[in-house]
Amino acid sequence: MTARIIATAEAISLINELRHTNGPLMFHQSGGCCDGSQPMCFPEGEFKVGASDVCLGEVAGCKFYMSADQFNYWKHTQLILDVIRGRGSSFSLEIPLGVRFHTRSRVFTDEEIAELEGQSHS
Amino acid sequence: MSIATSAAPSTLAARPEFKPRYDHFINGEWAPPSSGEYFDNISPIDGKVFTQAARGNAADIDKAIDAAHAAFTSWGKTAASYRSNLLLKIAQIVEDNLDYLAVVETIDNGKPIRETKAADLPLVVDHFRYFAGVIRSEEGTISEHDETTVSINLHEPIGVVGQIIPWNFPLLMATWKIAPALAAGCCVVVKPAEQTPTSIMVLMELIGQVLPKGVLNIVTGFGVEAGKPLASSPKVQKVAFTGETTTGRLIMQYASENLIPVTMELGGKSPNIFFESVADADDDFFDKAVEGAVLFALNQGEVCTCPSRILVHEHIYDRFMERVIQRTKAIKMGNPLDATVMMGAQASEDQYQKILSYLDIGKQEGAEVLTGGEAFRQNSGLENGYYVQPTLLKGNNKMRVFQEEIFGPVACVTTFKTTEEAIAIANDTLYGLGAGVWTRDAHELYQVPRAINAGRVWVNCYHAYPAHAPFGGYKKSGFGRETHKMMLNHYRQTKNMLISYGKQKLGFF
Repeated sequence: MTARIIATAEAISLINELRHTNGPLMFHQSGGCCDGSQPMCFPEGEFKVGASDVCLGEVAGCKFYMSADQFNYWKHTQLILDVIRGRGSSFSLEIPLGVRFHTRSRVFTDEEIAELEGQSHS
Repeated sequence: MSIATSAAPSTLAARPEFKPRYDHFINGEWAPPSSGEYFDNISPIDGKVFTQAARGNAADIDKAIDAAHAAFTSWGKTAASYRSNLLLKIAQIVEDNLDYLAVVETIDNGKPIRETKAADLPLVVDHFRYFAGVIRSEEGTISEHDETTVSINLHEPIGVVGQIIPWNFPLLMATWKIAPALAAGCCVVVKPAEQTPTSIMVLMELIGQVLPKGVLNIVTGFGVEAGKPLASSPKVQKVAFTGETTTGRLIMQYASENLIPVTMELGGKSPNIFFESVADADDDFFDKAVEGAVLFALNQGEVCTCPSRILVHEHIYDRFMERVIQRTKAIKMGNPLDATVMMGAQASEDQYQKILSYLDIGKQEGAEVLTGGEAFRQNSGLENGYYVQPTLLKGNNKMRVFQEEIFGPVACVTTFKTTEEAIAIANDTLYGLGAGVWTRDAHELYQVPRAINAGRVWVNCYHAYPAHAPFGGYKKSGFGRETHKMMLNHYRQTKNMLISYGKQKLGFF
């Protein structure tokens, strides 16, 4: 089954490290200025999602959300949660460790898009 | 990939001495972090550590907020003339040290010294002077409701405010927030971005003793450790934030718990529209419009209002874009401390990686690379700096590179056939911060800006940020209007005194 969000081994390892100290986690994909377009990692429930958000799936047991209107512009791409060196700003949990969660993207094939649309209709 | 050799050291601005580490500035004094910990500050010019910043936490933030509250009891009651004179003093000190602060800002942020000297620091000076000026001319309002009833409206400062500052214009964005807050009579706790924590501390070395202690406090640190306690503190009366949408929403959640107001500036994806009449003549105006398109490269594209979508009428596309591409290719990159360099380094490694990711997704989606499209490599000690070539991508407005703020030197180009189509493309975005309209047609230059859902529309110009012109967003770009006297009211309450001069009772009881 085609997933909208997947994670690299490095991202999963970082999630496990953060979960050890912070408990259950969640992600919300940001948009806009500065650290926009980067994923934000919070303790589960810290960020209140609502009817304006969609859940793209789970990575290593953590739900990954995005604003629905932003998703509308992103939905033709698969998101790959990765980790890079560097220091973003924002309240994302990994930043004090000198690394940053990072969203890479891959354009879905036509077959994958048909399959994903089938999933959302079923 | 070719590797450029940067300027000989003799043409570079001299690096000033930095302290090995900078403490917080709380209650008029340098305060070591309660944790005893510091973090490295890396210069994006060469990827090397040049100093350290205090790693603030909730205890440091609390101490700063308490200092601000203690100061507010007197600062909030000071005369406008007193506050105005202190803001003028700050402006003068910045002006007297402009070259020094410009070099510090370039080392901290990576932007070219040409820009810090000609834009960032002169604007810092001017915004302090502007707010010093407007509070001298302001008045409350009064209305006589009837012969014996008078209503008086007076401004009162809202109290202690928390301000979270971005890293793209560290000193200027801090000034946009600090100057109106101090002018309004508020006391401030500032949390600078973790990528650029040093220039504001160098500024505080110069201006720290101008203000009474506790009026302006700066706590450095990471967002989750210092920013969050500031944004969520029940002891602050207002939070001002510039950044991205998820953190903006989170700060609003905290504000909803404390029932306090916030102002938000959350970025954009600004269209820069070039109508057919732009190419009616190959004259000074045509040349100005070409430069207007290339302004996407200003500050390495790390501007909330970066004109990152270029919309060109299809009839002039070839003529216009040929010149835009030529001008983009002529951008001189290199060591940002070299006064002839036009584009410097991206502010941090993660930012650099993010831009490269967008170049990748743009190519995957089928965007055509008109110029650039890669990292920029150079030697002479800058091998580990964060440089990206100025890039023009051609595609359509549904591509992700047209919809997301790359926050790098990347502009996406598309064409339109009609004015209606240009407006539709311009507004097909989640954001509404800035826009540019270029035309020789007197009707277009009024009607098109009115049809664009953005807070600032530059008409036949771009990237001007004078004090006295309000700046802020529509749609998901946020709310609040900075760089104008209307920002004062975001830091104030209105006290209404409703006075009866009549001696007769109502007669109800």
